[in-house]
Amino acid sequence: MNTGIVVFPGTWSDRDCAHALLDVLREPVRYVDYRERVLDDLNLVILPGGFSYGDHLRCGAIARFAPVMEAVAGFANRGGLVLGICNGFQILQEARLLPGALLRNASCEFRCEWAHLRVEQSDSAFTVDCRPGQVLRIPISHGEGNFFADAETLQSLEANNQVVFRYCAPDGRITADANPNGSLRNIAGICNARGNVVGLMPHPERACEALLGGEDGLAIFRSAIHALGRVPA
Amino acid sequence: MIYRAEVFVTLKPVVNDPAGLTIRGGLQALGFDSVKEVRAGKYLAITLDEADEDHARSRVEDMARQLLANAVIEDFRIELNQDGPS
Repeated sequence: MNTGIVVFPGTWSDRDCAHALLDVLREPVRYVDYRERVLDDLNLVILPGGFSYGDHLRCGAIARFAPVMEAVAGFANRGGLVLGICNGFQILQEARLLPGALLRNASCEFRCEWAHLRVEQSDSAFTVDCRPGQVLRIPISHGEGNFFADAETLQSLEANNQVVFRYCAPDGRITADANPNGSLRNIAGICNARGNVVGLMPHPERACEALLGGEDGLAIFRSAIHALGRVPA
Repeated sequence: MIYRAEVFVTLKPVVNDPAGLTIRGGLQALGFDSVKEVRAGKYLAITLDEADEDHARSRVEDMARQLLANAVIEDFRIELNQDGPS
């Protein structure tokens, strides 16, 4: 699996992603500059977390117009695997590669803590290695992760099985207490209709080693390797 | 002609506004008991050079649609004025 990790001005989770893939999973990785226009050598593109362009105007609003995003859209439309994490999720929504928007957390606070996610479907490229109902423990770190979509979009996301992750209690129950940011229906991550583009607020790249508190994030990266037809390490 | 556009970007009425709710709580804590609702938004002042008012308005509307507001969650309103002595 050849992974490209996109670096915008203000991105900061790029090296954490590279560490998880290269050092933990032994998968080749390269950084993709935001000015690049060709991604033909890649089968997975990650838009990592951070504060691209200082989050000015809206999170992801400026990054969405960076030269690389046209290539990312083309790559996604050809079926390439795209994972947007945190700010990367916000960018995918601004680019209309995923529906909805992420508002300020209901608490108005930046939340940096471990969260539990219930895997809602194992059809997306990033959950084929999981089973529906499985609970993953993965940290969040954001001030604007409050998932919003209008009623019609929400209905279509649910009907088409595009809700991939929901915030849950450790036992998998979907509760208001487990919702860290006010997201509608506890939604933590969604995919496009084809299932090759996934965005989520939590940071799987920070949960890939027991030494760092957990390795549930590996399931997401291993799923991508599986989806590309290989057996992960 | 130099025009000055003021763009007001607000969350759609159906979108919850945590900042507005927090500000309302602050105002009520200060004793402003009459406050019923606060909605927070963004204000942008844009100076541009266009042939006439119609062109200026149309350009600023394009800006708002493409970048300044996110149609999924926000509405916008534009106030346009010719700059300088009239």
